[in-house]
Amino acid sequence: MTLYLPRTTTSEITEALTAERHSIGGGALNMVLTLIVVTDEADHYDAVRAATEAGREHPSRILALIRRDPGSEPSIDAEIRRPGTAGPGEAILLRLYGALGDHPGSVVTPLLVPDSPVVAWWPGVGPQHPAADPVGRLAHRRITDALRAADPVGDLLGRIRNYEPGDTDLTWTRLTPWRSLLASTMDQPVGWVESAEVAGEPDYPSADLLAAWLSDQLEVRVERKYSDGPGITGARLITEQGDISLQRKDGRVATLARFDQPVQSVALARRRASESLAEELRRLDADEIYERTAKHMAAFLDRREEPA
Amino acid sequence: MKEPVMPGAIPNPLRSELDRRLPRIAGPSVLVLFGVTGDLARKKLLPAIYDLANRGMLPPGFGLVGFARRDWADQDFAAEAHQAVREHARTPFREDVWRQLSEGLRFVAGELHDDAAFDELARTVRQLDADRGTGGNYAFYLSLPPKLFPTVVKQLKRSNLAESEAAAWRRVVIEKPFGHDLQSARELNAVVDDVFPPHSVFRIDHYLGKETVQNIMALRFANTLFEPLWNRNYVDHVQITMAEDIGVGGRAGYYDGIGAARDVIQNHLLQLLALVAMEEPVTFSADAIRAEKEKVLSAVELPAELESGTARGQYAPGWQGGEHVKGYLAEEGIPDDSTTETYAAMKLGVSSRRWAGVPFYLRTGKRLGRRVTEVALVFQRAPHQVFNSTDVEDLGQNALVLRIQPDEGVTLRFGSKVPGAAMEVRDVTMDFAYGQSFTESSPEAYERLILDVLIGDPPLFPRQEEVELSWRILDPVEEFWAKQGRPEQYDSGSWGPRSGHELLARDGRQWRRP
Repeated sequence: MTLYLPRTTTSEITEALTAERHSIGGGALNMVLTLIVVTDEADHYDAVRAATEAGREHPSRILALIRRDPGSEPSIDAEIRRPGTAGPGEAILLRLYGALGDHPGSVVTPLLVPDSPVVAWWPGVGPQHPAADPVGRLAHRRITDALRAADPVGDLLGRIRNYEPGDTDLTWTRLTPWRSLLASTMDQPVGWVESAEVAGEPDYPSADLLAAWLSDQLEVRVERKYSDGPGITGARLITEQGDISLQRKDGRVATLARFDQPVQSVALARRRASESLAEELRRLDADEIYERTAKHMAAFLDRREEPA
Repeated sequence: MKEPVMPGAIPNPLRSELDRRLPRIAGPSVLVLFGVTGDLARKKLLPAIYDLANRGMLPPGFGLVGFARRDWADQDFAAEAHQAVREHARTPFREDVWRQLSEGLRFVAGELHDDAAFDELARTVRQLDADRGTGGNYAFYLSLPPKLFPTVVKQLKRSNLAESEAAAWRRVVIEKPFGHDLQSARELNAVVDDVFPPHSVFRIDHYLGKETVQNIMALRFANTLFEPLWNRNYVDHVQITMAEDIGVGGRAGYYDGIGAARDVIQNHLLQLLALVAMEEPVTFSADAIRAEKEKVLSAVELPAELESGTARGQYAPGWQGGEHVKGYLAEEGIPDDSTTETYAAMKLGVSSRRWAGVPFYLRTGKRLGRRVTEVALVFQRAPHQVFNSTDVEDLGQNALVLRIQPDEGVTLRFGSKVPGAAMEVRDVTMDFAYGQSFTESSPEAYERLILDVLIGDPPLFPRQEEVELSWRILDPVEEFWAKQGRPEQYDSGSWGPRSGHELLARDGRQWRRP
């Protein structure tokens, strides 16, 4: 069931939500967090769908902020999708007209689920300083996606300079399967790792983050190689006993070759937005490993860009 | 600051406790599944293994070997497994994941007493080591009736599968029932113990893999709200219920002679009791938790009079769920004069400072009102009421209910004023529902348990001591019942026999209607 409230106010929205709860009678508010999606008319459909799918694992109140014509009279159009319409959480689409678009915080504040964490997500191009953004300021966790920017690596680097605990980027989240597989190859003794390589599309920040992570954790030199993709196409650990190489050409299945073992194929599919988002929502504290890795990457890339 | 690491050493430099995105992944290993054609394997184990693979928790070097008395080749087994996964897996089917998994599928056909079949099994797993890099780590899952364990265990020993080389491990997984009394539990253990050291034996009680059961510890020990009330000063009594709406069905052959108490109370209900009644473990390690569970199980005492402190029954024909169902004695494969109980209830005490004088009522049965498992802590009434007795007439005792299945969650019942001019207090319910929100992607109990076996993480598996302690509790009751003739009949679809209700009525209490 969807309820449309044109030209409305936040108190009318709150009233509608409360009336809803009363009409069902009893029942606890099972929502574990508020997820604010800052988006636009073009993107909001996919974004809300991904958020709703992630909401199956984390029942949440999704507030989608859609900025409309900045020149018109300030007003809000609201669309309330009730719990059960699409998963256990509820979704509220808020279209903000006029100057109100510059003050989204005032719209969102009364609608946050009491006492529970707030997560902000920019499915499109995110702000350069998320923690200072009017919506980001309200959130415990701020999710951006550098891949959507025109210059993804530059976009991520800019944001890393403004890093504050709670920031995270989906280019990091998409890496988890790679990192997890690489980490598991080192659960068995491999001897010293002497160096490493990471190959992937140019302008693909995840590949740079993977290189930075390996270099930071293993304290070795990591070479970043370029390929035609899709995404990351390979990683190689060069150890004193031989190579461990993980190659993925088609974005779906990887082959793992290890010096002391037969070659194996591993399903390593590229992740959908909802999967990445669900992972982000699993932990809401600051991700210290991301911070270290991102800063390491920034230092590395800065060094490289300086003329020798 | 990060400490200097030596790459390639333990601990793995790519893992950090700060890095909580990386899931626990099992190391290279082979899982050998005996009884692979059984219902459990098809409905639970094979789908759970696929789900683990789909979540990226199985290593690339993983092999799954089925062993059964079928004339199958590897492909036939793969086809069967594919079917089982398609029908019963919880995560979406992905061709790539399936292909990865199916490359490591093998099947060995043979009888359990056939030496040649086990030699073939030994060859197969060693070949998997060579082909898939499974590292010589084998887990043997005996999804078989316990009477076959001795044969399998001896065969594993004979074919040199039980001993491991160097750093490789061997683990054996057994399912309940762990014997049918103390004596047989010890004999069974002796058989397994003879070949596998105790830390390699994983006893699966799938209840302990359930999220809601693990949540009992989180609820008690991570919060401040409940623990102060969790004792005899506030708790009046505790009710632990596991009710099934189905009858004995296809399990007749196994069930008759075993009965409800051995089938459910000995393992599931006493484990729940242990988790609810135990003291806080010193740490969250397997040994510390088991130590506390063993302490509380050894403090459990039976009622002085078994006659008035226990109840049993057999379901009679009746109407349930909109259809007429047969009584227990009319079920196929059950003798007309069977004295096996399909309903069992008992009142237990826990002799500790925390619980002295607080009765724990346990009940389980088939063909009861509905399928439900829950633990209810019923609190004492307020010692003094400022309200008139008429105002609080509708006020019951406060209760905290841990709903284990099917509607997983926690309920708190307390009194609240009825809106209006009069002062009237009535019970209301505060509800936290797990089920509906998390079912889609929360792991199935078997997934969690299989992963724990492959990783070698034992906290969720009962030790032999716990099994023996539970039998020590149950054996006198079973001996008493054996002398009592036939159990009382109760209507199918009701909440059990009259004696079951009287068990609480004698103490001025009544069962909750779950």
